[in-house]
Amino acid sequence: MRYAARIAVGPVQFRIGSDWPEPVAALESLYAGYPKDPERTADATVRLFAARPWRRWLRPSVHIGGDFVVPDALPLPLSMGLLAAEMGMNLQVALGWRRHMLLHASAVARDGRAVVMSGESGSGKSTLAALLGEGDWRLMGDEFTLIDPVAGDALAFPRAISLKNEAIAEMAGRVDAARLGPLLAGTPKGDIRHLIPRADAIAAMHQPVRPALILFPRFGGEPAIEPMGEGEAFVRLTEASTNYIALGEAGFAALTRLVRTTPAFGIAYPDSASGIALVEQLWAEAVR
Amino acid sequence: MSAVRTLVDLLAGRRAAATLAPREWDGVIGVARAEAMLATLACCVGEDDLPPSVAALFADQRAAAEVARGQALWEAEMARRALGSEGIEFVLLKGTAYAVAGLSCSDGRQIGDLDILVLALDIGRVENELLEAGWEWVKPDAYDDHYYREHMHELPPLIHKARDRMIDVHHTILPRTHRITPDALALVSDAVPTPGGFAVLCPTDMACHCAAHMIADGDLQGGLRNLWDFHCLTRDFVAADPGFWGKLDARADLHGLRAPVRRAARLARDLYGSILPSGWDGHDPGDIWYRRRLLARDDWGRATNFPLQQAFYIRSHWLRMPPMLLAQHLWTKWRKR
Repeated sequence: MRYAARIAVGPVQFRIGSDWPEPVAALESLYAGYPKDPERTADATVRLFAARPWRRWLRPSVHIGGDFVVPDALPLPLSMGLLAAEMGMNLQVALGWRRHMLLHASAVARDGRAVVMSGESGSGKSTLAALLGEGDWRLMGDEFTLIDPVAGDALAFPRAISLKNEAIAEMAGRVDAARLGPLLAGTPKGDIRHLIPRADAIAAMHQPVRPALILFPRFGGEPAIEPMGEGEAFVRLTEASTNYIALGEAGFAALTRLVRTTPAFGIAYPDSASGIALVEQLWAEAVR
Repeated sequence: MSAVRTLVDLLAGRRAAATLAPREWDGVIGVARAEAMLATLACCVGEDDLPPSVAALFADQRAAAEVARGQALWEAEMARRALGSEGIEFVLLKGTAYAVAGLSCSDGRQIGDLDILVLALDIGRVENELLEAGWEWVKPDAYDDHYYREHMHELPPLIHKARDRMIDVHHTILPRTHRITPDALALVSDAVPTPGGFAVLCPTDMACHCAAHMIADGDLQGGLRNLWDFHCLTRDFVAADPGFWGKLDARADLHGLRAPVRRAARLARDLYGSILPSGWDGHDPGDIWYRRRLLARDDWGRATNFPLQQAFYIRSHWLRMPPMLLAQHLWTKWRKR
């Protein structure tokens, strides 16, 4: 393709091809601090393309393709090319990655152990991870957490954090503006602005950690902690995994071990400060 | 050299994996994924000669293919439990059959739906038993249903509501309205048992079906994979029976499939280096279009040569239905858009 970028996030090497220079330039600036190995083969291919040649220039709209595609996925305007790239990369990992069990979850780590936070969009798992990652936690990822089916360890996938709506202002006040990407206003997912993880989180992205705590955050309502049984955690995590079925018995074994060895809680929180306090409280109990 | 040619050369053994530069693998992996052949490739190339990241990816692919094979075989078992209790016999087709029969093309081969062949007179019972056992219709559309039942060689696809897996129930191997009418009764009656207690087509029929599916039925989408099946099948069968090519000729004649079988053999020779006997080893000027269609993919895994794709698409419909019926069908489909 005319323009191309190569990005390595966690264990996945991407190559992203594009009919336009803008998405590639945006990616390269967002991922400038990530390790680069020009000799490394791409595991996954993303293509950002115009469905018809003239749509490169005339009302340019970005279709998301690659090794795996979602049929009938709507294209995005070129101004949201970065979001298209992000969606394309997520899609390849969600549908194509087989080395680890993928959990749709954010994670942070401290002292070689991880808190895994799983929840729907809007649960605040991204924002919590981003906030903790600015403190004395290592951000592992805001979208996917990878579980090694053999060792049971959690592995990081620290892509640029996708801040949405209110979270943008909340984070913008705390971090260096150089770590923020362009504001993508009015996308199908609301306003989006990417936050580049801290350099130490990127440098440590290949270090596996033991899961110590599984949380299912829910934004809104009074602060609350609900201990969760292994069975419920298991079922919720099968729903949060994009490749649980494809992994077969290995996925079952990995997930059963995870829920048996890791305490799980549902938490509700009205604001970020109380969310962080709940995580710290449960962490202190879990690692005691 | 283009990535798709490199892929074909790697599969054919004309090129050693060790000779690829690390970045050459990008395109090869992309194209192999697009052709649903990445795990096949992973099973073909030696592990020692690969860059570490490719070796790791290929190990993932082999492991995933093994799980997928187990899941496909389980679907076959589910069909046996649904149909066997009623004494309905069925023959496994395509990927599941290759896996059950332990044929070399099943190494790493992606298996999509479960394809089975039953006698036409059993089709109503099969339908009932499958519906009772939890399969349901995928396309509850009256015209599509009618289309499948009147013109196709299979029932409309069924999907299992709990396992989310599709089954295609065939009563022959080409559409009813196709210019060629294979002998469906012979296909079923000459099927052979496998060690696991399933039935698969006899070797010559298996090769005939593979060629018919690739050359006479579709538009050559996924053709590299189908051609690889044909290459491996004939290689396995010749190794077990040196007289195989002669028998294949006779069987292809019985089904009216001589031309597609011959063409598949020539293409397998041209691309994958199949060794053909003297009578088969000819050349046909038309083959070039098939080769071009099979290799129409760029280094980003994108399909190229749109006019040729379209030409093969139109050809596939042309073969499947007489012109008036086709016109009627396309008109109906167009009005429903």
